[in-house]
Amino acid sequence: MTILVFTILIALGSFLAGLLGALTGLGGGVVVVPMLTLLFHVDIRYAIGASLVSVIATSSGAAAAYVREGYSNIRIGMFLEVATTFGAIFGAILATRVPTAAIAIVFGLVLLFSAYFSSRPHPPEVLDMSPDRLAAALKLNGEYPTPSGPRAYNVHHVPAGFGLMFGAGALSGLLGIGSGAVKVLAMDQAMRIPFKVSTTTSNFMIGVTAAASAGIYLSRGYIDPGIAMPVMLGVLAGSLLGARILVKARTKMLRYVFAAVVVALGVEMIYGGWKGAL
Amino acid sequence: MSQPAIDDRRIEILLGNLLRFGVLLAAFVVLVGAVIYLARYAGQPASYSVFRGEAAALRSAPAVVSGALRLHGKSIIQLGLLLLIATPVARVVFSAIGFLMERDYLYVVLTLIVLAVLLYSLIGSGAA
Repeated sequence: MTILVFTILIALGSFLAGLLGALTGLGGGVVVVPMLTLLFHVDIRYAIGASLVSVIATSSGAAAAYVREGYSNIRIGMFLEVATTFGAIFGAILATRVPTAAIAIVFGLVLLFSAYFSSRPHPPEVLDMSPDRLAAALKLNGEYPTPSGPRAYNVHHVPAGFGLMFGAGALSGLLGIGSGAVKVLAMDQAMRIPFKVSTTTSNFMIGVTAAASAGIYLSRGYIDPGIAMPVMLGVLAGSLLGARILVKARTKMLRYVFAAVVVALGVEMIYGGWKGAL
Repeated sequence: MSQPAIDDRRIEILLGNLLRFGVLLAAFVVLVGAVIYLARYAGQPASYSVFRGEAAALRSAPAVVSGALRLHGKSIIQLGLLLLIATPVARVVFSAIGFLMERDYLYVVLTLIVLAVLLYSLIGSGAA
């Protein structure tokens, strides 16, 4: 394959990944690495380097739109970024030391988890208004807009959420993904932060988390311009278009289809890693 | 309590726009690099199945900048990617200033910790 054909095919695939990632809320990063390794036989280290860069682009590109809606909480984001950035450095250093087969297997498991997480039905939101001293001291509590006016919420289980965020950052640094699913899990399930606040704040944090591992990736030679260029431009264009048509699209069916694709890719990654092919 | 919340929001919107500008600028630089890169290498075979690691000229910010000034396509793409990596770092710097203006010293400290970790990754690891 010539470089021109290779570049065009990867740009198209990344565009599709970004589009579906935005429409389903799963993020494009999760399918970029399997696409590059399984379909184009790119070494997984180049693949995670390119994916990480595209993750920064989508997170930063969408931040303005999310912020305007008024859901994201900048203090929760900044406080938890302390955990995710330390985790990201840890993950990126780990990535340079563990065998690529192990990275492929962990990646597959994360894909399976993300698919389960995104397709599971959402329980109705119950706000726990009991006060939490640590959350109050850190000024994490806030309010978010609802059709019937602003609604206050209290944050809980700060140490557990902080610990999970370290794990989310480590996965991001190890696999070159945003690990939005783990971030949302930490905020929404552990810290009892309203779902919409969790997802938008998570998006805001993804770029900073990814930037923390990007420097290490760059200096280790994982970021190749020939691969990162079509991936970054493709995912960015796809996710910007996806965010624009999201309002009109009926995403439920699409979400199940995409989840099925992610499961298949996850199984394939685990199998490839197990055989030592990746 | 509601007054700082409004200030937070204004800072966030400003930061959101800053981020978007950074991303679009980075994408433009990558695109320029892509044109030069493809004009030169389009017909060559693509081989990425074996990891070799990038050349030293593409691994650190000073080397990338000097390559980009000599109009090397790969270096210009890498410069765009560096700009992209810098946008969240800029966001953190401006957040620190925002918290300082609100006199929220706890969050100034937390933000500076995050900034230190980011700078460690970019400078401490030899990338900058």
